[in-house]
Amino acid sequence: MFRYTLGRLLSGVITVWFIATATFLAMHAVPGDPLMNEKATTAEIRENLARKYGLDRPLPEQYVIYLSNMIQGDFGISFTQQNRRVNDIIKDHFPVSAALGILAITFAALGGILWGAITALYRNQLPDIIIMFLVILGISVPSFVFAALGQLLLVNLNQWFGTSILPVAGWGTFSHMLMPSLVLGLGTMALLTRLMRSSMLEVVNEDFIKTAKAKGLSPQRIFFKHQLRNAILPVVTVLGPQIAAITTGGFVVELVFAIPGLGRYFVQAVQQLDYTVIMGTTVFYGAFLVLMVILVDIIYGFIDPRVRLK
Amino acid sequence: MNTLRTLTEADFQPAPSQDNLEQISRPSLSYWQDAWIRLKKNTRALISLYLIVGLAFFTLIGPWIWTKDPAAQDLDQISQAPALPKTALLVKDFEPSATPIDTTHPPAPSGYPDALDAVTGLTVLGTPTTQSVRLSWSPVDQAGGYSVYRSESAPEGLMGLGLPLASLTAGNIVGFEDRLNLKSQTYYYSIIPTDGFDEFDVVSTLEVSPQQSITVSQALERQLIDSDDRPGQTVQLAFHPLGTDYLGRDMLARLMQGARVSLFIGVVAPLIYVLFGVFYGGFAGYLGGTTDQVLMRFADFVVALPFLLFMILFKIAFGIGPGESGILPMLIALILLLWPATARLVRGQVLRIREQGYIEAARLLGGGPSYLIARHIIPNTMGVILVTLTFAVPSAIFTEAFLSFIGMGVAPPTPSWGSMCNEGVKTMLSHPHELFFPALFISITVLAFNLLGDGLTEALDSKMRSKE
Repeated sequence: MFRYTLGRLLSGVITVWFIATATFLAMHAVPGDPLMNEKATTAEIRENLARKYGLDRPLPEQYVIYLSNMIQGDFGISFTQQNRRVNDIIKDHFPVSAALGILAITFAALGGILWGAITALYRNQLPDIIIMFLVILGISVPSFVFAALGQLLLVNLNQWFGTSILPVAGWGTFSHMLMPSLVLGLGTMALLTRLMRSSMLEVVNEDFIKTAKAKGLSPQRIFFKHQLRNAILPVVTVLGPQIAAITTGGFVVELVFAIPGLGRYFVQAVQQLDYTVIMGTTVFYGAFLVLMVILVDIIYGFIDPRVRLK
Repeated sequence: MNTLRTLTEADFQPAPSQDNLEQISRPSLSYWQDAWIRLKKNTRALISLYLIVGLAFFTLIGPWIWTKDPAAQDLDQISQAPALPKTALLVKDFEPSATPIDTTHPPAPSGYPDALDAVTGLTVLGTPTTQSVRLSWSPVDQAGGYSVYRSESAPEGLMGLGLPLASLTAGNIVGFEDRLNLKSQTYYYSIIPTDGFDEFDVVSTLEVSPQQSITVSQALERQLIDSDDRPGQTVQLAFHPLGTDYLGRDMLARLMQGARVSLFIGVVAPLIYVLFGVFYGGFAGYLGGTTDQVLMRFADFVVALPFLLFMILFKIAFGIGPGESGILPMLIALILLLWPATARLVRGQVLRIREQGYIEAARLLGGGPSYLIARHIIPNTMGVILVTLTFAVPSAIFTEAFLSFIGMGVAPPTPSWGSMCNEGVKTMLSHPHELFFPALFISITVLAFNLLGDGLTEALDSKMRSKE
């Protein structure tokens, strides 16, 4: 177990290094540099700025400096936001994205398991048909449409009641988080519902369910103790990749709901070619995702006794 | 099969010949024929297939039938909701009309009035058109002026009067000509008498529905009429079955052109990267050993790249110079990032198939590697590849839409469904059709490919064969 975790972590570190290198190369392949804006008016100023940020050195040297700083946990100073450290940007804005993502994945997982179980229980009956129709909608409609519709719904609700029930945009309190995270989780929820449904239907035919019935257990007990617990396993496996998908979708939701998350800073940084911010956010996100996938795999080992980690 | 059947004489006849005993009575079906039969039984998959064919027609043939230029602006009909063809009244070019002044009335009150009567006799002079609405009313005793308001919804008393159009500062000016951005819809004009400075709490409201109109010179300029047409006639305006966007561009034409972009990326990118993944994964799986390890390790790294961040980064890195539509960089970025999933899948399949008995048998019978790959391994992975391809299309379309939505995708003026959504979301409240149609097309396309993918998965699953 320990050796497995260690091995996974080691390969995770290599992966993060790969991400850093790929980002570095892709970033420098973009024509232009961060000093192209109006600040560097003359060649002299430009040269001085380049020296200050170390852009005058050859690329391999920049790469080595960058990597060694990164190992020490220092992502450098932003080019466009004067004197702001990339670490601070991440520290200020990542918790926002993370809170949004965690709430979204909670909504998605709880909703997916619940709806999936219900559809399996009422197979081919009205609840199943209705929920599966909604699931198809959830998979087919892009997240930004949901975000826009969600905001529209809030506007109308607030107008209808005459007071602000939930804030339409912005960030700060828990009520600000509800609608964006629900919207963000919808696609994943639809996916998990489908998965949960088929998994539940598969479990129903297993021998241990027959045994449980034969033992005379109550239907509720069979449902919760035997069926649900076994059916959840495949859902857990896809949670890892889905966390990545949710952070991706987070960009749009942050944009629509005016949430100060990391996504917006990244898009901005790419447009302005803010090297340090691009590197910092990408490597940080990459490391976070890698860690999440490893975590989910380890948790899976705990949940499913059949999977003994070697 | 419990129903009883009446037995007849024929059932007791001996089989005619002993030669045909081993013959299979029905023609044997190939795997693909069998899958096709199963797919045809799946109504949802079949409908999706028709939808996809319809979309292909819409994209490829559509612009030949609906020849409107997707970039042309129709300035008479901006943000026009879907409607039947409209006509417009030809009116003369603007000639300033004299300010209606009631000379029998004093321009200013003699003192400071405590109260004023509401305006009476509020009417429209002439035909109200979208070129001008001319209001007229009777002067109010002791009034020193009037305020004119215009609203798109009926005001409630003094609330919701809408846009202040004018403050007239003489009690004997008893008319106003509104020429401010009029559309062919209902307006509510409110007149409030003032003492020259302050408004009084009385209001008169008139409902006016101006007729869509166009001036002769405008109509000539847009080639709607020949020069000899006279004002007062009606002319046919350009027809926009799905309305126009915020710049007056025809939505249907833009949706067709946008479909070309969205579907091109959605179909071509998966085709290329699935093909690459098949070769990569097949190569790794067939060779096995260290080569396999190294190749798959690299694929694992690429999978770990944060998809959207790299999509944006690559998109910019490959985008060369201004004036480009941004389709090619997006295509390259998608291919670079998404091939490993297929590679992994195909490798797994190849590894599994390689160990199967029939491969062993074929090898023992003298089949060489190229024969094995071409005759056994590729046909047996085809099903999985086809399903992957079907599911890859919606995800590519989503990615394109998503990037265009955050403004990192296809550059304007090239429309794509995603960028149309991006534009539509800004006017969502006032003109919902600008968001609705592109979003609908994305959803239908994604839905069709998803359902077809589901159907294919079931149809190509050889386990299903034994169940029937």
